[in-house]
Amino acid sequence: MSTEISSLTATNQERENWATHLKRRVRWGESAIESSLFLVGVLTIFVTIAITIVLGDQALLFFADPEVTLVEFFTSTKWQPQAGQFGIWALVSATLTTSAIAILVAVPLGLSAAIYLSEYANPRVRAVLKPILEILAGIPTVVYGYFALLFVTPILRSIIGPDKIGVYNMLAAGLVMGIMILPLISSMSEDALSAVPNSLREAAYAMGATPFEASTQVIVPAALSGIGAAVIVGISRAVGETMIVAVASGATSNFTFNPLEAAETMTAHIARISGGDLPYGTVDYNSLFAIALMLFLVTLVLNLISQWIVTKFREQYE
Amino acid sequence: MQPQNSQYAIETRDLSIFYGPFEAVKDVNLKIEKQKITAIIGPSGCGKSTLLRAFNRMNDFVPTSYVKGEILLHGVNLYNKEIDPVEVRRKIGMVFQKPNPFPKSIYENIAWGARINGYKGNMDELVEQSLRGAALWDEVKDKLKQSAYALSGGQQQRLCIARAIAVQPEIILMDEPASALDPISTLRIEELMQELKKNYTIIIVTHNMQQAARVSDYTAMMMLYEDTRSGTVIEYDKTEIIFTRPKDKRTEDYVTGRFG
Repeated sequence: MSTEISSLTATNQERENWATHLKRRVRWGESAIESSLFLVGVLTIFVTIAITIVLGDQALLFFADPEVTLVEFFTSTKWQPQAGQFGIWALVSATLTTSAIAILVAVPLGLSAAIYLSEYANPRVRAVLKPILEILAGIPTVVYGYFALLFVTPILRSIIGPDKIGVYNMLAAGLVMGIMILPLISSMSEDALSAVPNSLREAAYAMGATPFEASTQVIVPAALSGIGAAVIVGISRAVGETMIVAVASGATSNFTFNPLEAAETMTAHIARISGGDLPYGTVDYNSLFAIALMLFLVTLVLNLISQWIVTKFREQYE
Repeated sequence: MQPQNSQYAIETRDLSIFYGPFEAVKDVNLKIEKQKITAIIGPSGCGKSTLLRAFNRMNDFVPTSYVKGEILLHGVNLYNKEIDPVEVRRKIGMVFQKPNPFPKSIYENIAWGARINGYKGNMDELVEQSLRGAALWDEVKDKLKQSAYALSGGQQQRLCIARAIAVQPEIILMDEPASALDPISTLRIEELMQELKKNYTIIIVTHNMQQAARVSDYTAMMMLYEDTRSGTVIEYDKTEIIFTRPKDKRTEDYVTGRFG
């Protein structure tokens, strides 16, 4: 009883001492770190916004040109700047075709590799295989481009017939692009699969699931958010990939979805034209920005679609 | 031929379990009675879970683990080379310490196991029957399509029990099934176990002395060898004997809380 009273009636001196002791301190280091982190964050957002503004600004100039109409841009299937024809679909079709082939190659193979590495391979096999797979990601894309042109295309031509498939074609470019993004997809998917709690794995096996049943029906659905993110990044890489398609898929705009034909993608077109000596301010010059904006849009739409698919089918664990 | 074979659900003979060079469990001989609840008790790290997981070959997932000796189910050694662990787990179900329902609907949680086990009958009936068997039906019958994660911890654990009985195993292993639950949920699980033993043999690992005394018919007391740090069963008997007049002094010290 007496101790309680004495603790309640601290002397002024004691109270002052404690107040000083517990006083809020200024921590300069903390403040400095917080502000610099904030600045870096703002900078990245600023750069993104700046790029969008420049793109939009120049694209506006393009659409303001009397030679161009918005309707033509979005409906026509002919892209011939020399003839004043600006139909974006001629370029979009090639981008979509090569990207679709790439995704059709990379997603099944990448996901299978990820399932093998995460669910089947023993730790030693995994320690060897994973780095090898990741080396694929380190090959420069221009090397992939020549690999497509000088190795894959001749094989395709001997299988399908040289009269049916040309020296430049979207199939070889798409296939090789698929190989390029495969390690990305497998590596990200593998991370997502490994992040699924072991308790779910145990639950599945304790029910008498085979490894295949456990992986495909419990673990993959639980990891679908992460796998979806991998596919989204993969799609963005494919749509934005330039060197492979520039080298292997041809340099003439061509509205077609036939992978055996040559066609120029949006990226390859931008690379080819901007490498030349286009006078500043001409329609041709401004058209590059309109294509770039379209590229932005295509990537965005594909991302939204994949995101929607993922939220529809994923199984969320807490 | 062993005439008493029919009395036992499962039996271990000189069972030792290794993780690499480390002998985690040594020389265990247990005959588990059919349709009874057998508790495995003992201090932390004495190999209770390891022993439990040997019954349905869950230890197979630890790459370096292996066993010596035998575990006999209907006279067949489950560790024979030609035995398929997947089939073993279909006969011997398991409920884990932390409720681990699948991130699927309540309905799917139960239907999935039945489906992969080749169940061809009426799924709605089986789901209802399993949920009733786990005393969960009345609470979830209106929300079968909802995620299992919407349930409370205790309900999730009963869902895991429902899921286990949906594949109609003979034995259900429970690894501290109530240790993550509040006292009321714990009581419900214990009541449920009394119902379940009419049809199933239950082996439960528990840290909770009172729980072992309350729910089990038989108790196996495990302890570590001081020198090798291997766990073994030092006494195995009817639960009332283990808790009232154990033969081993160490058992008595442990169950009366005078240990260590």
